[in-house]
Amino acid sequence: MNIPLMTIPLILAGKEIRDGLRNRWVVAATLLMATLALSLTFLGSVPTGTVGVGALDVVVVSLSSLTIFLVPLIALLLSFDAIVGEVDRGTMSLLLSYPVSRVQVVLGKFLGHVALLAFATLVGYGAAGAALVLTGTDTGAEGWRAFAGLIGSSILLGAVFIALGYLISALVRDRGAAGGIAIGLWLVFMLVFDMALLGVLVADQGKTVTVGLLNWLMLANPADAFRLFNLTGTSQVSQFAGMAGIAGQLQLGPLTLLAVLAGWTAVPLAAAALIFSRRQI
Amino acid sequence: MNASATNVSSAHASVVIDQVTKIYDARAALNQVGLRLDPGQCVALVGHNGAGKSTLIKLMLGLIRPTHGQVRLLGEDPAGAHAARLRRAVGYLPENLAFHPSLTGRETLDFYARLKGVARTGNADLLARVGLEAEAARRRVGTYSKGMRQRLGLAQALLGRPRVLFLDEPTTGLDPALRQVFYEIVQELRAAGVTVLLSSHALTELEGQTDRIIVMNRGVKIADGTLTDLRHLADLPVRIRATGAQAGTVAEALGPLARVEPDGRAVECLCAGGDKVAVLRRLTSLPLADIAVTEPSLDELYAHFLRREQAA
Repeated sequence: MNIPLMTIPLILAGKEIRDGLRNRWVVAATLLMATLALSLTFLGSVPTGTVGVGALDVVVVSLSSLTIFLVPLIALLLSFDAIVGEVDRGTMSLLLSYPVSRVQVVLGKFLGHVALLAFATLVGYGAAGAALVLTGTDTGAEGWRAFAGLIGSSILLGAVFIALGYLISALVRDRGAAGGIAIGLWLVFMLVFDMALLGVLVADQGKTVTVGLLNWLMLANPADAFRLFNLTGTSQVSQFAGMAGIAGQLQLGPLTLLAVLAGWTAVPLAAAALIFSRRQI
Repeated sequence: MNASATNVSSAHASVVIDQVTKIYDARAALNQVGLRLDPGQCVALVGHNGAGKSTLIKLMLGLIRPTHGQVRLLGEDPAGAHAARLRRAVGYLPENLAFHPSLTGRETLDFYARLKGVARTGNADLLARVGLEAEAARRRVGTYSKGMRQRLGLAQALLGRPRVLFLDEPTTGLDPALRQVFYEIVQELRAAGVTVLLSSHALTELEGQTDRIIVMNRGVKIADGTLTDLRHLADLPVRIRATGAQAGTVAEALGPLARVEPDGRAVECLCAGGDKVAVLRRLTSLPLADIAVTEPSLDELYAHFLRREQAA
């Protein structure tokens, strides 16, 4: 009697999803995202309606900024407790006494948490898209492509920070410390990194930091990779985001940016699984 | 006595621990421990908090690896490549039992059954067997009392008819009725050939429930044997109390250790286990109303082994 390899992760993912639905975590996250997305959509489309730019492009720009701050925060809050919390409460030693490998545990949790985050993003941002259609706003195929790209890459950015949260959770022995490090990591990628980069650029005056180097430096922050992907994705969006100048010099295609985000997910996830596998319970 | 664990053929043993040392942060949680558990045996693991009981169970489950030495569960390494297959034949009730509070009792058991690859059809019977009623099984585990959680804990440990069962402090904090249910189930399992290892520091309730007792102290095994073996080894005095006849005559028959109780009605004496029969023979010729013989309790034996260890 051999259980197929993916059965266990799927059972574990199902349990995480049920947990998330039961403790109203998903409801809260979805409502938060929908509320913010809807308010940005309507506030954003009031002034642009007169200019005649496809409102959807504006929405993509505003929602990208929302994603960059909100999605990593939700993802980290969801994931920082996943391993250290279960070890602490004692549910982990029971789970691991079952025919379950630790890699399967990490993978199962990841699938479940990404599904929860994807649901919140789809419904939350979908509400904004639906509102645009209902109000009869001019959209257009390119706008929808950018919108779909936004939702997909938002989920991918969420996956990055879920994986980073597991890495913290696997490394740390104390739940409080894990929470603190998660918030610290969020601040670093949201604020500190970009400010430091800006500082370097100003101080350097373009002597050593070339455009090529800057491109690579920005990839060291998944939030910047996300920003580049969405704000330079289409010509209209990039013009509207004030990123047209950068888009012209950008040597990285959208596929490269997505691959970078996928790498930012896979590497921390693998590291979390490896560290957890060697951890004493 | 310590050597007996490993020099016997271990082909059919459920668990073999061979000269295992486990070091946590430069402190030895277990030091050169060897033991063996056989099918159909119910073994009690006894010791203070921190004596190494839970560490030993986690090693047997493969949750942690030994620093030195070897652990074999059903003939294989519990932390090795076949760990998943082995764990389908194992049940475990952890010391600090915790479930996911948002699932109901029934959902919790179904979840663990699926992980173990066991059909869920038997789960209702299993819940009934540990005394969780259908109404309780529909409630969320977050609302459960300690006793109900422990019942659910036992139910999940019994999933899939395990061949080896590890129960870490299973009866701590349980009411006497539930404790009774607990030991009834353990007896049934033992009769069915299951190896049951239960750790406890509530010693008195273990008497008559276990085939063998292993005493741990600060990571070292200090005694291992049946209750009779341990009594023999400890050679603690037996307490004999006689009532009914004239106190002076009884005291004379009992010898120099006899002590007449203040009310003058009973005589008590402590005699060595080996002298017990001779003393009783002398007493039976007297016109006594009653004789009570009290063997040293498990608590006394445990205290004795600890004292001996500290003196060494």
